[in-house]
Amino acid sequence: MNFTRLFALAAVFFVSTAQAGAEPIRIGEINSYTRLPAFTEPYKKGWQMAVEEINAAGGINGRPLEIISRDDAGKPGNAVKIAGELLKRDKVVMLTGTFFSHIGLAVADFAKQNKVMFLASEPLSDALVWSKGNEYTFRLRPSTYMQAAMLAIEAAKIDAVKWATVAPNYAYGKDAVSAFKQVLSKLKPSVQFVDEQWPALFKIDAGVTVRALEVAKPDAIYNVTFGPDLGALVREGTVRGLFKDRTVVSLLTGEPEYLEPLKGEAPKGWIVTGYPWYAIDTPAHNAFRKAYEARWKETLKMGSLVGYNTIQSIAAVLKKAGSTDTPALVAAMADLKVATPGGEVIYRAADHQATMGSWVGRTDVVGGGGQMTGWRYVDGAEVLPSPEEAKAMRPTN
Amino acid sequence: MGFYFAQFLTGLASASSLFLVAAGLSIIFGVTRIVNFAHGSLFMLGAFIAYSISQQFGFWLAVPLAALAVGAVGWLMERTVLSRLYAAPELFQLVATFGLVLIIQDAALWIWGPTDLLGPRAPGLEGVVDIFGQTVPEYDLFLIAVGLAVLGAIWWMFTHTRFGILVRAATEDREMLQALGVKPARLFQATFFIGAALAGLGGALEMPRQPASLLMDLNIIAEAFVVVVIGGMGSVAGAFLAALLIAELNAFGILILPEITLVAAFAAMAVVLVIRPYGLLGKPVTSQPHAVEIQPPQTFARPGKAAAVLLMMALLSLPFIADSFIVVLAGDIMVLALFAAGLQFMMGTGGLISFGHAAFFGLGAYGAALAVREFGAGMELALIAAPVAAATGAAVIGWFAVRLSGVYLAMLTLAAAQILWSMGIQWQDVTGGDDGILGIWPAAWANGTTAYYYLTLSLCGTGIAVLMYLTRTRFGRLLRAGRDAPARAGALGIDIKKQSWAAIVIAGTAAGVAGGIFAFSKGSVFPDTLAIPRSVDALVVVLLGGLHAPAGPILGAGVFSLLEDVLSRLEYWRAMLGASIIIIALFAPNGIAGGIATVLTKIHRRDPPAGDVRAA
Repeated sequence: MNFTRLFALAAVFFVSTAQAGAEPIRIGEINSYTRLPAFTEPYKKGWQMAVEEINAAGGINGRPLEIISRDDAGKPGNAVKIAGELLKRDKVVMLTGTFFSHIGLAVADFAKQNKVMFLASEPLSDALVWSKGNEYTFRLRPSTYMQAAMLAIEAAKIDAVKWATVAPNYAYGKDAVSAFKQVLSKLKPSVQFVDEQWPALFKIDAGVTVRALEVAKPDAIYNVTFGPDLGALVREGTVRGLFKDRTVVSLLTGEPEYLEPLKGEAPKGWIVTGYPWYAIDTPAHNAFRKAYEARWKETLKMGSLVGYNTIQSIAAVLKKAGSTDTPALVAAMADLKVATPGGEVIYRAADHQATMGSWVGRTDVVGGGGQMTGWRYVDGAEVLPSPEEAKAMRPTN
Repeated sequence: MGFYFAQFLTGLASASSLFLVAAGLSIIFGVTRIVNFAHGSLFMLGAFIAYSISQQFGFWLAVPLAALAVGAVGWLMERTVLSRLYAAPELFQLVATFGLVLIIQDAALWIWGPTDLLGPRAPGLEGVVDIFGQTVPEYDLFLIAVGLAVLGAIWWMFTHTRFGILVRAATEDREMLQALGVKPARLFQATFFIGAALAGLGGALEMPRQPASLLMDLNIIAEAFVVVVIGGMGSVAGAFLAALLIAELNAFGILILPEITLVAAFAAMAVVLVIRPYGLLGKPVTSQPHAVEIQPPQTFARPGKAAAVLLMMALLSLPFIADSFIVVLAGDIMVLALFAAGLQFMMGTGGLISFGHAAFFGLGAYGAALAVREFGAGMELALIAAPVAAATGAAVIGWFAVRLSGVYLAMLTLAAAQILWSMGIQWQDVTGGDDGILGIWPAAWANGTTAYYYLTLSLCGTGIAVLMYLTRTRFGRLLRAGRDAPARAGALGIDIKKQSWAAIVIAGTAAGVAGGIFAFSKGSVFPDTLAIPRSVDALVVVLLGGLHAPAGPILGAGVFSLLEDVLSRLEYWRAMLGASIIIIALFAPNGIAGGIATVLTKIHRRDPPAGDVRAA
């Protein structure tokens, strides 16, 4: 590098720091970027875009937003360590992020212990805001219970009586099955659950699992598997005729992260929750989609929306609180209203759960790829228990 | 009847693909004695490469080409890294192959991106056939045929070609083969090529069954180990039998108990190892590599003693001179150091390798957490429960483990850790599954960065000091006797098994203390405290610190934690961490402490007598 260039670089540096002026508001963000890049990368692109938009518009109360983002490598111990560093060294005003439920729970417990606000963006665990909820933790994305309930409502409308379930054998899978059973049995007491399969997470032996489901001769199947397990299940199930004349109700399968890799082999006619970004035609969503495609040269994923909404929520609470103190932020979160590309979202004061909903529809193959058709947006408030019921589920201390 | 036969065939198809991966692993181990952790990565590469080729040239050309390409990667791995480690203890090879896992993982992310890639189905084999009224996919029958064909081809190669005969000879007795003038280098390269190509073939053939994903490497490797160990390490026919056993166990097991999926394979492995220590068709390995180089225990040389005093003072005054995050990090390093110190004691002094040291760490962490949650114990009591739980676990696992030696012992510990890990995930009523146990925070007097740091420092410091002291006691000397000359030590009336058992319990107790402190420092316990990466962490720390250096674990833990902390802020940091690990394994065989000592001796130009490398 020659001296002129070095000098130019130094000059640019000084000018830019001088211009920055106002002290940025720092937010600590933790996610499993290397463990599950398929889900966390679109999420990162979503929040990065939101930060850029907010700062281009003058920041928040004149201060730019700065996100300090760290990778927890999928280890909860790391996440807690990083949370400590973000808080103590980087002096962040609040924490956000996490994908895995257990890491979300660990950071939530850290937030409670250290009295710092934590906005969980992606983890689905019901416990996060209910049985293990705490004063400082809030969650954006619709929980396992909410999404399972949306599907159970649809499932109650079809003729099937005998149901089989297949779910990965870990907490998310167990929660998703029990929530579905609970809601469906209440809506339609005549249903029976004739078989349950619990393949190990990301290690499904799809052939034998499909045969085990087949032998139970259910009328319909409730599926919770995702990622590579879903691809394997779809292949083996299709070739063996498992899905012929059976309705399949499937959690999250309509999200582009899961549906797109299946390409032309995406299942047809499954009732799913998901994100039909290609068909949502509202001014807010169109603007979001256009901006995202222009910024990243790729199409939207569920994670993009979650990442974007996370930062919008943070901006909204900072504006409403007018302060970066934790008590003010926590107070401002009560019934905070946030405008998102998918519609308005409210963070319920009773259980700290946002009313962000999901789209429920049927899968189909359109133009060589899987899409959702005949979908409708289900607002989270429709499937959440009443504020009183939710509050009763939370610890009282 | 038809149903069960069809289920059997489905199991057989799964067995076939498992066999392809395990056969390669087994051959590589048999000839080179390398436990290749990166074998799962080769399988994953096979799937990704086959996907890419299939997009251009279709399925049928993609499969063999991918196998050849992965074979070439295996050959390259052998040439660049592993060929330099044949004489080194297993620890080095294992840790180096784990470094390769990290590098390949990041390379695959960089090349293929994060999304799962669903390849094409096999043209011509998309349909199903009817067998006794049951539908069986044609591709399943094809996979079964491939498995049998590969088994046959390997058998033919072993009995009819010079190469095969040499491979068998190398598996039986490597020294003798070398004594007879066979150059091992070529043989080892060819073995790696074939073993890797088999893994690649296995991955490529998965294309019609599952999408290529970045999770494939670590998902298959544990199961492949299980198959190789059950079959007998180095035995291809054994691998076939074991793959069949595991796959059918799974196929029929899930009809009765759908929830046993994770535990079944590891439980089967533990049972087989206890009944037939060398696997179904395995033989005791004659040219057992040394678990550790024979060395007298190292002590602190004068500069080392000064450094130790300085370090101690620095650690004691840390909360006054550093910001609180550094203090937290230092606490984490102490926990890791104690965890690894137990392993170093077991491996360095006792010659007992463990690939599943996380079992004891996790038992300690869960022991403490359960004491708090189930019995309302305070932190003090829970920190006693932690080592008690770990020691109990170590006593049970150790009782079985000491009947084995070398890699088999290591594999049994791995199986035990994996069984506990599966329980951590699947026994939700007790462990909370992967949602873990929360709210395990320190008692009021220790709740604060500085207070908890001093608690950590005193407990870990005491633990490490006790282990260092034990190395030098009569017990430590007897352990070394058992390690270096088991036959003679036995003849002198030393009960080697009992001693080794005691060493495992001691190492387990230390890990348990570390686990307990860890639980309170993070406020929660999750199954990852029991998982393979945690065991690997301990192995890496021992490697970095040096097997025999008294301050090794502290030094190793410090360097490892700081390296991870610095690198993890960057993109593609896993590849950099992997490369650093490999470089240290290759160029600092005595660890960092040993490296410093070598440099110091060179500066002082006072060469110590051979074999008396003193550590700093």
